[in-house]
Amino acid sequence: MTEPGSLQRSNNLSLIFPAIGRWTMLLIGNLGAVAIFFSLSLVHIFRRKQLSEIVKQVFFIGARSSLIVMLVGLFTGMVLGLQLFYTLIRFGSVGALGSAVSLSLIRELGPVLTAIMITARAGSAMAAEIGILRISEQIDALYSMRIDPVRYLISPRIAASIISFPLLTSFFDLVGIVGGYLTGVFLMGANAGSYFYRVQSALTMVDVRGGFIKSLVFAVIVSCICCYQGYFCHMRTDGYGAKAVGLATIAAVVLSCVLILIADYVVTSFLM
Amino acid sequence: METIPLIEFRNVTKQFGDKTVLDRVNVKIYENQITTIIGKSGTGKSVFLKHIIGLLQPDEGTILFQGKPIDEMKRAEKEEYRKAIAYLFQNNALLDSMTVFGNVALPLQQTTDLSRKEIEHRVLKRLEDLELSESSRKYPSELSGGMQKRVALARALVTDPKIVLFDEPTTGQDPIRKNMILSMITHYRRKFGFTAVLISHDIPDVFFISDRIIVLWKGSVGFQGTYEEAMNLKLPLINEFLRSLEGLQDELTGLLSREAFRVHYTAMLGSAAPAMGLSAAVFSVRLNLVHEALGPLAAVEVLKALGEYTNKRFNSLGGFSARHSRDQILTIFPHTTTNEAKEMVQGFARELQQEAHEGIQNIVEATVGAGKCFDIYIRAGITEIGPADEIERIIEKAEENQEIIATFRCDTGGSA
Repeated sequence: MTEPGSLQRSNNLSLIFPAIGRWTMLLIGNLGAVAIFFSLSLVHIFRRKQLSEIVKQVFFIGARSSLIVMLVGLFTGMVLGLQLFYTLIRFGSVGALGSAVSLSLIRELGPVLTAIMITARAGSAMAAEIGILRISEQIDALYSMRIDPVRYLISPRIAASIISFPLLTSFFDLVGIVGGYLTGVFLMGANAGSYFYRVQSALTMVDVRGGFIKSLVFAVIVSCICCYQGYFCHMRTDGYGAKAVGLATIAAVVLSCVLILIADYVVTSFLM
Repeated sequence: METIPLIEFRNVTKQFGDKTVLDRVNVKIYENQITTIIGKSGTGKSVFLKHIIGLLQPDEGTILFQGKPIDEMKRAEKEEYRKAIAYLFQNNALLDSMTVFGNVALPLQQTTDLSRKEIEHRVLKRLEDLELSESSRKYPSELSGGMQKRVALARALVTDPKIVLFDEPTTGQDPIRKNMILSMITHYRRKFGFTAVLISHDIPDVFFISDRIIVLWKGSVGFQGTYEEAMNLKLPLINEFLRSLEGLQDELTGLLSREAFRVHYTAMLGSAAPAMGLSAAVFSVRLNLVHEALGPLAAVEVLKALGEYTNKRFNSLGGFSARHSRDQILTIFPHTTTNEAKEMVQGFARELQQEAHEGIQNIVEATVGAGKCFDIYIRAGITEIGPADEIERIIEKAEENQEIIATFRCDTGGSA
């Protein structure tokens, strides 16, 4: 005879497994949809009449984000300079300050923090803007005018992100190194010549390439996720209209930030 | 041999969740015609149009373009099909981050290889046609609902499409603009030869301009045919719906609606003594020519003025009038012989010429400029009404006697 406890466990399992199955199917479906969405957008980048739209988006995503990215870079570098100075002085290795600051920034902090900053500034705007275009039928209007919405709206944003992310990351890194110099050398009195000598001698092309690859990966992740969330906000089941746009924007920012950190680990482990 | 429809729906079914919006719909839309779709809210009118443009795909059934199923078309054929269609959205769907000029220019910039100068020329021409020249640098949010609708119309027409789908083009417009837009649809259809499919409830004007009417009823086609066929329909629910749309009064002119006119006329015949004199007059103005020369607004203003003067003059004398086509007004004079009616019409003509002249002159000058002008003729035909005369017969008889009764004449320019 079946005991009541085992019957209860069996009932719980019969609820859990279908839920896991449904969740897995949904995840796979969404991943497939994102992959197709990204592939289509990538193909359309090279179509005619795209240059002007890409330039506009580079201005919006890149040029207009540069100030905030450099500001964050400056203070990140300054904090690094300060923290590392106090750490290194304990071991009598203040001379390695330049190496520590530059390697931390170029390999890790530069690409990650730049991507997060652009997600907050431009990624959220992408999701919200495209979402509004969707709910007000402007995307349908583009389709009715024979303008492919993916080509016109998404491809320029992805292309502009691929161009802007590495550039902004390099700005972040440069300003960060200057920030480290300001606190480490000006404020704390480390040797200026030694700082820049260590920066130059510690950095190799492998480090720079690693940071560049990361920024490219993050560019694809952020632009793709943000555009995807906005473009399909009308298919959300947890909200409609303006609420769906809000939820899509939240999802875009949160998902992008989480994926940036996950991708950072994955790419780092491949590069090491 | 039967004409191949330009667009044909064969057993098209569309469901959203559990709700069946289109249920085995069979519809034929013919080339160079204006087909109007009417129906209650939520009967799938917009869904119907979105299937034509390809924004929605049928769950079952087939849509054919010139006899060929759309889903079996090759890529190039499909592209040609889509190139032929323009869509005017119910909520306009203007790109709100672009100016009026940018919105209208966008389809040309993105889908053609025209030079910047040529695009500018075409866009400005279209904006001028729709009286939007002064708003070209404004953003959609800075415009009234009516102006936004006209911008959407300009954008739909700027590529000179072969088929234009109008999803409630006159919603939110005042009576003059409503008529102006409908007038423009007929005008451009004649000029460019496109096929129009529109959703509209602006009766009677939409019936005057439509070649065919499709009534969508609970997801199916309740009726398709001409206006006359629709009016003689024996399906009570649909009949009642059509009559409820028409109302009692013509919104533009203040005259009776056709249905109210018919009721008045039938009641009058029933109560009138056989020996009593009964006369009728048909007033007309060639709106197509006025539109051609002076634009849609001027044409509608002339029609409105004619309607208002007819109403003002003859209502007080016991007469009643209604429009029976876009540019034709029928007035019945009870207890009036033909000679008395002629005198009344002559008096009306004098008054019209004196009082309305200034207004019409202003319209003409505003359109073609001071110093130039355009002759407008108002025609009238008077006839006696026989005891068993149907309204259509009265119009025929009066038309045979038509002559010019008032002229707004200048030294130069054309005439209508």
